[in-house]
Amino acid sequence: MKTVLPAPDISRAIVRIAHEILERYDGADSITLLGIPTRGAHLAARIATAINAIEGGQVAVGTLDTTMHRDDLRTRSPKALLPTLIPAAGVEGRHVVLVDDVLFSGRTIRAALDALGEIGRPTSVSLAVLVDRGHRELPIKADFVGKNIPTSRSEIIKVNLVEVDGVDEVTIAEGGVK
Amino acid sequence: MKHLLSINDLSRDEAILILDTAAELARISDGPMKKLPTLRGRTIVNLFAEDSTRTRISFEAAAKRLSADVINFSAKGSSLSKGESLKDTAQTLQAMGADAVVIRHPASGAPFRLADNQWMSGAVINAGDGTHEHPSQALLDAYTIRKHLGLGAKDLAGLRVAIVGDILHSRVARSNVLLLTKLGAQVTLVAPPTLLPFGVDSWPVTVSYNLDSVIPQVDAIMMLRIQQERMQEIFFPSAREYSRYFGLNRDRVNALNPKALVMHPGPMNRGLEITADAADSARSVIVEQVSNGVSVRMAILYLLLGGAPIEGGIN
Repeated sequence: MKTVLPAPDISRAIVRIAHEILERYDGADSITLLGIPTRGAHLAARIATAINAIEGGQVAVGTLDTTMHRDDLRTRSPKALLPTLIPAAGVEGRHVVLVDDVLFSGRTIRAALDALGEIGRPTSVSLAVLVDRGHRELPIKADFVGKNIPTSRSEIIKVNLVEVDGVDEVTIAEGGVK
Repeated sequence: MKHLLSINDLSRDEAILILDTAAELARISDGPMKKLPTLRGRTIVNLFAEDSTRTRISFEAAAKRLSADVINFSAKGSSLSKGESLKDTAQTLQAMGADAVVIRHPASGAPFRLADNQWMSGAVINAGDGTHEHPSQALLDAYTIRKHLGLGAKDLAGLRVAIVGDILHSRVARSNVLLLTKLGAQVTLVAPPTLLPFGVDSWPVTVSYNLDSVIPQVDAIMMLRIQQERMQEIFFPSAREYSRYFGLNRDRVNALNPKALVMHPGPMNRGLEITADAADSARSVIVEQVSNGVSVRMAILYLLLGGAPIEGGIN
């Protein structure tokens, strides 16, 4: 197992993503950050903190659980649901930024887009991820990327965050066949 | 968990998973997402060989909110009333490709017959069998109690619940005793001796014949319907005497703890086990029990049918 992104790099990536988001949308007023639980939600909260530190004010932030919209539900045992918390302003007419830890097949993001479509019609949707490891199975790409990490399919990328795992780091390990 | 036949099928953790899932589903459906695609293409049959309003509509609403296809099938107007056996009915449902059967039946154990034989491959959900069990009702009761009194706890530890009335004929009482005690609550049954089942002294509950002495000590009081359709003999001298000793009226509601809940699984005999002003009082969560029922049944359907068709535990 090898650390590919130590704690200081994660912090820098989050601050850079916050700046990029602000630059694209001309300030924080029209942005709604939606993190995909579990780790995406914590990353969204950190990006929100970084945006608030830059802009002052409070950017809208929430969570979006994709479990009920996944296309692989039938292939595994049912998972417990995670919280969906949409900010009071909703998503209608907002620039929604989905936030996740790792972008891999793209299927989670497809499920998130479906879930988002049930809630309302945002003006635009973009995607921020801490790690893009490639191997997309759907035509989905990230707009804001912490780090591109080329991997083989069998390798396992693990994002650890203080809030969940007690430590900030991204590791890569040789794994079995996925 | 492949079927839901009895509360005994559930571990404490599985019961809590159902309650947590229901809470999350309630938040999603109260918010902007009314309909979820999760069970698209799955067929759920509501097989009701006994009358029901709440349970059948509730299962139907739950299935539809999860995008399942629902076939309603009641005894009246089907071949069940021509004397078709449960086995033939089950094989018909299997041939039509039912992924789950929600069954209510006047015979205790009918859902077990359906699940234990190789008549059909789908999941079987007990929606009330005779005087045996009604697990989804107990789950929605536990959900309602936890939502109001749980103070953020996962289970019901330390809460005191009284179940009052026709325990003998009540599948709701049996499932609730099993579930509430599994979740750590203390249960007191209150009924005239004639309406207590044989062997109740071996249940994990306390028994009282005096409602007034129990009332100030409980956090929730669950009134049961006097089930006249199941009564072939006389269990109490008169309806008036029963409601005087075991009915919930305004004075008894006023003697409850300030935060105590008044519950009833419905349908109510207003004026018999509960007076109208008790049923409609501010303490009453009877209408809310119905809406919680939809969320809890969505959780049950999702956890039984949402994943891969495999045997074994959930998660």
